[in-house]
Amino acid sequence: MAWFRRSKKKILSTERRSVSEDLWRKCPSCGEYVYNQELQNAQFVCPTCSHHFRIDCRKYLELILDKNGATTELNASLVSVDPLDFKALKKYTDQITAAKEKTGLGEAIITVTGSVEGYPIVLCVMDFAFIGGSMGSAVGEKISRAIDHAREHHFPLAIISASGGARMQEGALSLMQMAKSSAKLSLFSSAGGLFVSILTDPTTGGVTASHAMLGDIILAEPGALIGFAGARVIKQTIGQDLPEGFQRAEFLLEKGFVDHIVHRKDMRATLSHLISFFGYERTADTDQQ
Amino acid sequence: MAKYILDFEKPLRELEVQIEAVKMSALEKGMDMSKEIGSLENKLEKAAADFYKNLSRWQRVQMARHPERPYTLDYIHKITSSWFELHGDRHYADDQAVVTGLATMDDQRVVIIGQQKGRGTRENLRRNFGMPNPEGYRKASRVMGLAAKFGLPVISFIDTPGAYPGIGAEERGQAEAIARNLMMMSTLPVPIIVIVIGEGASGGALGMGVGDRLLMLENTWFSVISPEGSASILYRDAGMARDAADAMRVAPSDLVEMGICDRILPEPTGGAHRDADVTAGTVKAALLETLAELVDMPPDELVEARIKRYEQMGQWAE
Repeated sequence: MAWFRRSKKKILSTERRSVSEDLWRKCPSCGEYVYNQELQNAQFVCPTCSHHFRIDCRKYLELILDKNGATTELNASLVSVDPLDFKALKKYTDQITAAKEKTGLGEAIITVTGSVEGYPIVLCVMDFAFIGGSMGSAVGEKISRAIDHAREHHFPLAIISASGGARMQEGALSLMQMAKSSAKLSLFSSAGGLFVSILTDPTTGGVTASHAMLGDIILAEPGALIGFAGARVIKQTIGQDLPEGFQRAEFLLEKGFVDHIVHRKDMRATLSHLISFFGYERTADTDQQ
Repeated sequence: MAKYILDFEKPLRELEVQIEAVKMSALEKGMDMSKEIGSLENKLEKAAADFYKNLSRWQRVQMARHPERPYTLDYIHKITSSWFELHGDRHYADDQAVVTGLATMDDQRVVIIGQQKGRGTRENLRRNFGMPNPEGYRKASRVMGLAAKFGLPVISFIDTPGAYPGIGAEERGQAEAIARNLMMMSTLPVPIIVIVIGEGASGGALGMGVGDRLLMLENTWFSVISPEGSASILYRDAGMARDAADAMRVAPSDLVEMGICDRILPEPTGGAHRDADVTAGTVKAALLETLAELVDMPPDELVEARIKRYEQMGQWAE
């Protein structure tokens, strides 16, 4: 312990060091600056502290799927409408337009068929950058159709979740998507399909309380925030501080709700191992990524 | 007459009080004013009926939370001839925010699950204000398993401000408990009738709310989040709950339009609590009618129709 304390404030520099986001990224966990190219080479995991940066859904496709395998997007043109003519501080339609521009995506999820080390798979990846990865009618429908596709073709299914929950802007319609995807998973499960649920930062609310927690195997990235109720709501309700590490992947592992915490660089191999273990067969030659 | 009057009901209540006063003074003075009083009462009744038919969404939310409103056990006691409560999830605890049990309604044996609010502070603490912990959902799941095993229909009463947001609830897998129920209920091989008798908030309600039919009493609400919760996120001000209730369209008629609610059950003028017996009668009749539509369906057809029902929910473009 230090034997003195600084009584005056630190010298404040008036000029902010400008660090180009293009070249360097600051790790939100340890505060180190990481050269962007280095970060990319490390699957966007901080080389100093192993913090897993949030990445967009297309990066996950690159990380998980075979590069030389055929990847086909399912229901690419399925998009949200504004069923309630919703407006709060912002109009829902404006939010959708802005999200599309920002992410270049049509919705908060991308669903594809592809292969992992030669094993065919249906892979769904949610994207937090698109209205908080929230699940509205379009996301629910895309997931449901992807599950059906996996069932019809006897492919294994993996869903990478990143979401704040159900999309409030669609009211009860978005809530019902939880029931819809869960019903489809029930059929898929009865048909003997393997579903691996992969939880990334953050996975909360209605998404956790539906497909995310229904995997035959549940994997999580290190440090990912996973929970049902938001930390702020819990704090307000119980009027006390939350324990260290509350609702993090490691906490869920300890409490028995996650099978494994898997480093991002190992996710592809882990998924491939599970698919192989459960008896699925390769259709292509072993692929080296 | 209800003891607890909501703000927006006050003008009507004042008229009621005035008519009472006229009656009293006529009685004291020995004057016959029955004609005048009768016509005033008629007018009031009409005005009240009109008023309560046209409540705003936010007013319905407040009615759904009325402290004198009948709760799940009140209905159970009024509509069943036998009731045997079942306790505990067989894993951890008996969640008092959820009641489950075996009941007979006329000649029909049913399994009932429901969220239970408490009346008064002491009972509310015991019932956790109708906010289930994971054990509540797991108790419901266990009892639904029993229903499936013995081929008994399930009736689910929905009345919750949400699943409990607490440390223990998260530690014991609130999300997992709800998710499991969604999956189980979507393919349970017996009829499930869901009836919203008060508040239907979010996953906490849906975790016991997947079924073949959804009925809603007139003064209830059902949505993805409470109006206050949505207001604090989307308007950054919980005081905007009235606007949020409108924006999210939380009223029964809205849910009919969305294709989620099958039938709205009328309440007595002034709300379910003004005449709980009449309300219970309406509920019982509707449940029996709905059961009659479902009990003879073969299980696989029933489940197929249920999945179709949820398949169609939502709106999107291609």
